[in-house]
Amino acid sequence: MAASNTITLHYDVPNDDFTRAGEASSDLKSKLKQMGVDPGAIRKVAIALYEAEINMIIHANGGTIDVEISETGLKIVLKDVGPGINDITQALQAGFSTALEQIRILGFGAGMGLPNMLKNTDDMIIDSIVGVGTTITLFINM
Amino acid sequence: MTAADIQKLLNAKILACEEKIDMEITSAFASDMMSDCLAFAKDVSVLITGLCNPQVMRTAELLDIECIIFIKGKEPTDSMIELAKNNGICVLLSEYCLFETCGILFKTGELRGASRGC
Repeated sequence: MAASNTITLHYDVPNDDFTRAGEASSDLKSKLKQMGVDPGAIRKVAIALYEAEINMIIHANGGTIDVEISETGLKIVLKDVGPGINDITQALQAGFSTALEQIRILGFGAGMGLPNMLKNTDDMIIDSIVGVGTTITLFINM
Repeated sequence: MTAADIQKLLNAKILACEEKIDMEITSAFASDMMSDCLAFAKDVSVLITGLCNPQVMRTAELLDIECIIFIKGKEPTDSMIELAKNNGICVLLSEYCLFETCGILFKTGELRGASRGC
């Protein structure tokens, strides 16, 4: 259970609505700004979460985002019931992507999503079962 | 240089946030891939792109990019302009292609590349 001085937020990432990708990241960014969080940490959170939102829409028919903000940092749990990741090591390689050409036309799917999430977080745990779904937990220290 | 200088050099149309046209622009990043922008761009003042969808505005917002140049006269939709205005992003429309737009700005020697490693 979250500690009493922890703020929790929940977002639903819509299924297949690419135009709404980034809404959760935008909302969280503005909330962190209001809270006076260090701009460097905000930037990392915004990039990592935006990549996650795009991934959920491209690969997993949407999902949910649960954020816990404490004095020491953020924990973000991303859950989807998509196809799962077959080979996590391969998925973490820069440039590897299973995105379709139609996603590339929209400016994404360059195979930089997961590597960029890893780069912008202090810790990232991927738990994925093929055919069941994926849960990714991001930790960003403040 | 300022966004106003850029607007004059490119003979660009101002589509959003004209009130910010005198802001200082020091660095530029050009790409049609927002994936690359998120992964490689650093401290970008102006984003030059041939991609024209709402994710360009979102990417700019999340990376604190204050000016976008759309190329080849690709005009953003009203909802995209609204998103830019809500986030204080100055939007310019250049009739030049990506190569020419970048070349004209690069030639001034007043902008640095905003990609990691530039």
